[in-house]
Parts: sequence; C-alpha cells; structure tokens
Amino acid sequence: MKCLVTGGNVKVLGKAVHSLSRIGDELYLEPLEDGLSLRTVNSSRSAYACFLFAPLFFQQYQAATPGQDLLRCKILMKSFLSVFRSLAMLEKTVEKCCISLNGRSSRLVVQLHCKFGVRKTHNLSFQDCESLQAVFDPASCPHMLRAPARVLGEAVVPFPPALAEVTLGIGRGRRVILRSYHEEEADSTAKAMVTEMCLGEEDFQQLQAQEGVAITFCLKEFRGLLSFAESANLNLSIHFDAPGRPAIFTIKDSLLDGHFVLATLSDTDSHSQDLGSPERHQPVPQLQTHSLPHPDDFANDDIDSYMIAMETTIGNEGSRVLPSISLSPGPQPPESPGLHSEEDEAEPSTVPGTPPPKKVGTGGGGRGGRWGREQPPELTCSLSSSAHCSSAPSWPLYAPPRAPALCWLKTVREKAEPRT
Amino acid sequence: MKFRAKIVDGACLNHFTRISNMIAKLAKTCTLRISPDKLNFILCDKLANGGVSMWCELEQENFFNEFQMEGVSAENNEIYLELTSENLSRALKTAQNARALKIKLTNKHFPCLTVSVELLSMSSSSRIVTHDIPIKVIPRKLWKDLQEPVVPDPDVSIYLPVLKTMKSVVEKMKNISNHLVIEANLDGELNLKIETELVCVTTHFKDLGNPPLASESTHQDRNVEHMAEVHVDIRKLLQFLAGQQVNPTKALCNIVNNKMVHFDLLHEDVSLQYFIPALS
Repeated sequence: MKCLVTGGNVKVLGKAVHSLSRIGDELYLEPLEDGLSLRTVNSSRSAYACFLFAPLFFQQYQAATPGQDLLRCKILMKSFLSVFRSLAMLEKTVEKCCISLNGRSSRLVVQLHCKFGVRKTHNLSFQDCESLQAVFDPASCPHMLRAPARVLGEAVVPFPPALAEVTLGIGRGRRVILRSYHEEEADSTAKAMVTEMCLGEEDFQQLQAQEGVAITFCLKEFRGLLSFAESANLNLSIHFDAPGRPAIFTIKDSLLDGHFVLATLSDTDSHSQDLGSPERHQPVPQLQTHSLPHPDDFANDDIDSYMIAMETTIGNEGSRVLPSISLSPGPQPPESPGLHSEEDEAEPSTVPGTPPPKKVGTGGGGRGGRWGREQPPELTCSLSSSAHCSSAPSWPLYAPPRAPALCWLKTVREKAEPRT
Repeated sequence: MKFRAKIVDGACLNHFTRISNMIAKLAKTCTLRISPDKLNFILCDKLANGGVSMWCELEQENFFNEFQMEGVSAENNEIYLELTSENLSRALKTAQNARALKIKLTNKHFPCLTVSVELLSMSSSSRIVTHDIPIKVIPRKLWKDLQEPVVPDPDVSIYLPVLKTMKSVVEKMKNISNHLVIEANLDGELNLKIETELVCVTTHFKDLGNPPLASESTHQDRNVEHMAEVHVDIRKLLQFLAGQQVNPTKALCNIVNNKMVHFDLLHEDVSLQYFIPALS
C-alpha cells in the first residue's frame, strides 16, 4: 500500500487521527479499493469510529501493489498520533505525507516531507489483524437529525468539558434538547449541576423524530467527531433508535466520510430523565422541556413544601436534601436465554459475531472507566424489555444494576496474512 | 419561599458575571442571601474557611429589571441559600451574548437555583440554556452566624496600591515563606514583609494616601509614621488578590494591630469586604 497526502489534506488527516484517538487505543488501517479506512473501537466496545478517505483525497493512492493481496494492520493509536501530534506544525511545515506498507517490511512507514528539505520518517510497528467492522445501518434507524456541525458545536458549549454523558431528545414543540446526564447517587448530598440546551427545529436541516424520543450517549466520544466536523465545516447527521440501540453519527463530503457509532444507555437507566412521566413502561423516556416559555407563575416552584418538611424535622443536619424521586429498580432478572449465551469465552475476538462480555462499574469516569471490560465467571443473558430479538446475535451480558446497552459490533475474522 | 429575577441589560449581565467569577475564586462554597433590596454573597469565619470571612453586597435594583422575592416568613423576609460558587459562575458564563437571563428558585427533584438564559441566535428561533444549580436552604436558626460582620476600629486605614502589582509581589513571596507581615501607617506607606532564616524580603509602597479616619480625635497625637502590623497566612491573601480580575473602583485596607486585616473594596456599585485573621 502506498498513499501520498499533500497540502491542506495533511492537516485534515491529522485532525481525523486526533478524533479517533478520543475513542480507542488502537488504530486499524485498511487500504480498500474505495479508499483508505482508519478505524478504531474503544476497549469496552461501546464506541466505534471510522474514517474513509476516498482515493481522490490523495495525490497518489495505491491500495495494494499489483499481484498482492490487500494488507491491513493495527497500530498503537499513541504511535500514530505522535506523528500528527501538533496540528499547527503540520499546517506550517509539512508539505507532503507519505504512508506506505509493504508485505515484506514489518513496519508501517509514515514520512513527512517538510519545508527546507527536512524529512521526518516514522517507522511504526504494527500487528496483523482481523478487519474491524461494525454492523450498523443508518437507514434502519427511525429517527434522525442533521445540522451543520457548527450548530451542534455551539449547542455543547454550555456543558462542562468533564461531563461524561449527555441526553439528546425531542421535546415539546419539536425543540431539540441536550441535557447533561448524571448517574443517580441516592445518598450523595453533593448533587451536580444540570445543564440543558434547547434548540429550535429551524436550526436543523432535517429533523425526523417524534416528540418524546431521547437517547443518552457519551459526550466525550461525540466531541471527537464534532471537533473534526466543525473544522471541516461539514454537516453532521445523527441516526438513532430506541434507547439501548446504538446511535450513528455521520459526516460526509466528496473526499471523505466518517462514522461514529456510540452505544446508548438503555431504558432502565434513563428514568432520571423521565421528568414528570410516572409510567415506567414507556418504550422511550419522556423529555420535558422546562425551558419552554410558559406564563411565569410561581405555581411550579413548590419549594414551600420542601421548606415545611425541613422545618419540622428535629435535629436534622440543617439543610439535608430530602430525596424526592424513587431510586432505580434493582438488577433486571436474567431472562431465560432463548438465544445462546457464550460461556467462558476467553478471547472475545476468537468467536465471530460475539462481542466481549461487559461488566459495568458504577461511578463516572472517562473512557474505559465506567465502560470497562471484565471477564465474569458466569455469563447470563439479559435483555431490556424494549430490545427486539432481531436476527443479529444478542450479547451475553453480565447484569449489574446499571447495564448500558452495547453497540452491535461484529469483529469479523478473516484469514490472517502470512507474515514473512 | 419564592425568588424570581430577570436581567435584560447586557452591561448589567456582564457585571453580574464578573462578580460571580470573583466570588467563585474567593470561596468554593458560599451563602447567597436574598432580601427585598439586596443580594449578598457571604462566607462566614468557620474553621473550614481558615477563619477568613467575606461579605459581598449588591443592590438588586442596579442589576435586575425584575425582582420578586418572598422570604421564609413575613417577619423574616429573607432567603439564605448555600451553593457551590463555581456552578453559578459557570452558568453565567453561557450568558455572554444573551438576550435575557432569568434566575428562579425551583424544586426540580432537589431544590435548585435555575438560571435560564435566552441566547441570541442566527435563526429565528431562540436558543435557551437552562442550568439547575443545586442549593441547600439554610434554616433560620443558623442565620445569626451569617450576619454582616462588625468592622472593628482599625489602627490604620490606608488605600491599596494597584492590586495586580500587589498580587504579583505576593505570588513571588509565597515561594519563600507562608508567613507574611502586612504593615502600614497613616503616612500612606504600606509594606509587605517575609522573613526566613536566610533571607528577609520587603516590598515598600509609598504615597498611597489614607482615608479620613472616623474618630479623628483619638488618633491625633499618634505618630503618623507608626506602623500597625498583622501577620497573615500568605495563601489567604493571595486567594483574595487572585479573585480581583478587574481593578476596583475603590480599595482600602484596615489593619487592627496583630488581630486582623480587613479589605474593603468597591467594584462600581458592588461592595466586597474580606477579613483575614492574624496568624496565632
């Protein structure tokens, strides 16, 4: 494989790598006939990202030397990112970037041709790998919205950079709402500030979703794609389904396209966004728009009832907040496996079509923290009530009280290339 | 207990944002006192704060074009809330280019101060950002600890030099010692001193001017050059100076010999008083 990137496209490539680095620790590089694909997946398989650069993106693109099979490799994200670490430097000094991989050498060579005759050559070691493919189809998602990345970028500004998850939904009056999502900690007296951003339908080029639908996904991972899309001035589409089903974020232009597939929290976890809706069996969480303009009245502020309750408590700690919401129900009982469960799977990638089992710890955390992976001793099959049993394999899940749904990722194992 | 207020003027909004940024730098958690004419940000001198106390006061009329409040009861027409200052400053940060800002006391799952900002947007529809800041309502029996601190009769009262200069001096001194001596006299001289075994560093500020003392008679016979001093923890002074992003309209410092230092600032129409006790 050999490809040559020149001019401003070098920075674009660099930005894409930065974006991907927000998701996973390993980069899967696969030259295809229709372009160079860069893919990654996070350690808990709850986020997948892929950029495909069309042959026209390159000054020269050769997927494979004639007569040879297509090669592909997996590199440490850290190593590849270090080549493109400083975007400012890329813009100012790099004139050409050449990426080559041949079957004989055991190195991926990235060469930066810079100003003043300086040439930087990076020899990165790689591993053979299977082709990383996620099974997803944007067309099968009933809901979608599309807006310029700038609009979505402005929409996430009010949220703290450290916020892990956000809920996106359609509220009354077809307003698009983004709300910060915090895990419920029943005994915590230090509640986190809740931020909500409410946009009008007019800000979107396309909005195909009914009022009341909502999904919760990882904001940090989304920001990776968002920053790329903003810098490239592209439109961003979000295709989504019921909570628990993965959400697909796409960008496209004539030279490249990008897909980020993120897992969303399933029904049982989203009760806290269930504002005002007493029913727990609704297939989608209701999202109330508190921010909609309504006649100002103090009737909604029932702080009085709170005050009364507080004053009559003896020996209280002064201002302890009385929890007024019910806690989430306990772990879902494991359903009898109508679908087979993989037991004692040691290596996830050895069995095609089954992603690794996943254990979820409580508490917030960045990538890899809450969504960590662990091998449970016994696997049970647990499905949320709203999940459909489609022809795609279901995942054996370890069922703790809070089990976010997983991305439907399939790791396809193809014959490994013999290495000389 | 109800509270609702609205700001529509851009300049008032920016000023209010600057005040909340300052409070966020001065105190991690503070008390907000709402009364019919004023808003106060209060930090009382508990052990947890290292004995430092703060009293910031603003006239609600100067900021809000709509202000309605109903206190705990008719006789006690006030509301005392405890909140994390950073939440308020973060919420106000999004109001940089806002058309209007509304603050309301609400009870959504937990008591909060809801800050609702209507942003200017390119499209016809408005964009609204809502922040629910969790608060704790402070019961009446604790109100007595949160009253305006009594300013004791100072030994010396002097106008401060440019705070930015003072801050950079104190910042450098912090690396040498934690123990700082602030001394001043009625002749417009202020010194900041630190002393260790190896070195002694003093920064002298001259011609600062002294405000007229309340009780002129008692101090008339005193030597004008006599210094009053107080030993303080340098980090507390630095925290106070770091909070002053904008140079205040008026800044003066009152020293009670070996007891405490009291800073009295005025940011346009918002007054800030900050008390640092002497090191024991």
